[in-house]
Amino acid sequence: MVPTSYYLILSAILFGLGIVAFVFKRNIITIFMAIELMLNAVNLAFVAFSQSWGKTDGEVFVLFVIVVAAAEAAVGLGIIILTARNRRSLNVERVDLLKL
Amino acid sequence: MTASLVIFFVLALLAIFAAVSLILQRHPIHSALSLIVVMVALAGLYLLMGAEFVAAVQIIVYGGAIMVLFVFVIMLLNAEEEERTNFSKLATYAGIPLALAIAGFIAAAIARSSGSLPAPEPSGALTSTKTLSNLLFSDFVYPFELTSFLILVAILGAIVLAQREN
Repeated sequence: MVPTSYYLILSAILFGLGIVAFVFKRNIITIFMAIELMLNAVNLAFVAFSQSWGKTDGEVFVLFVIVVAAAEAAVGLGIIILTARNRRSLNVERVDLLKL
Repeated sequence: MTASLVIFFVLALLAIFAAVSLILQRHPIHSALSLIVVMVALAGLYLLMGAEFVAAVQIIVYGGAIMVLFVFVIMLLNAEEEERTNFSKLATYAGIPLALAIAGFIAAAIARSSGSLPAPEPSGALTSTKTLSNLLFSDFVYPFELTSFLILVAILGAIVLAQREN
């Protein structure tokens, strides 16, 4: 069996890479994908703890996280399409004013 | 070195390489394809842990629905390679210490608590979908209903956003 701490370390690495992508990328869609990467890292930790304690609760939480991620993707991508239509750019630095 | 450890390291390295590739790729469509590789590798890890239903949902909902939505939007907006600006350098100077600090923080927390973690269940038995659904519709039925309401609100929000005002 793989020790639980290995899964937690992998989860931490993926979460850190998600933060790096969130800070470094300038494209608004890629930044959104970095958030999805961090959510995936958290899901991995949930399943690892669920297996570690022999309880199923963690897997139920993962299902809820996936539902929230799906809702977030639908609304977030709708906002991105609107912004791209109005500003003619996907670069976050050109979207730094609330009012046009 | 047992077979499950070998599978774990192969999938873990695949996930990390794909995540690094997400950062290094300049074109958003390449980043999206890298993210799909991360999700498939994580689904393999869920199977390794015996969470078969979560692995299937990961592939179908994340790898299928959500990433198709991303790729669709990237192609719809005809996204180009991201440009480098002065702010990118600022992000490098501020971002690297921030990322290192957070990684160190998490590593310290894991190192401090890894002794107190219980050993994983030796059987590695699959969590039956029946157990999962019983739990979902008994203990977690209230959050479950709330998520269905959340989905409804998200659908309405997406429709309102996509509407062109006349």
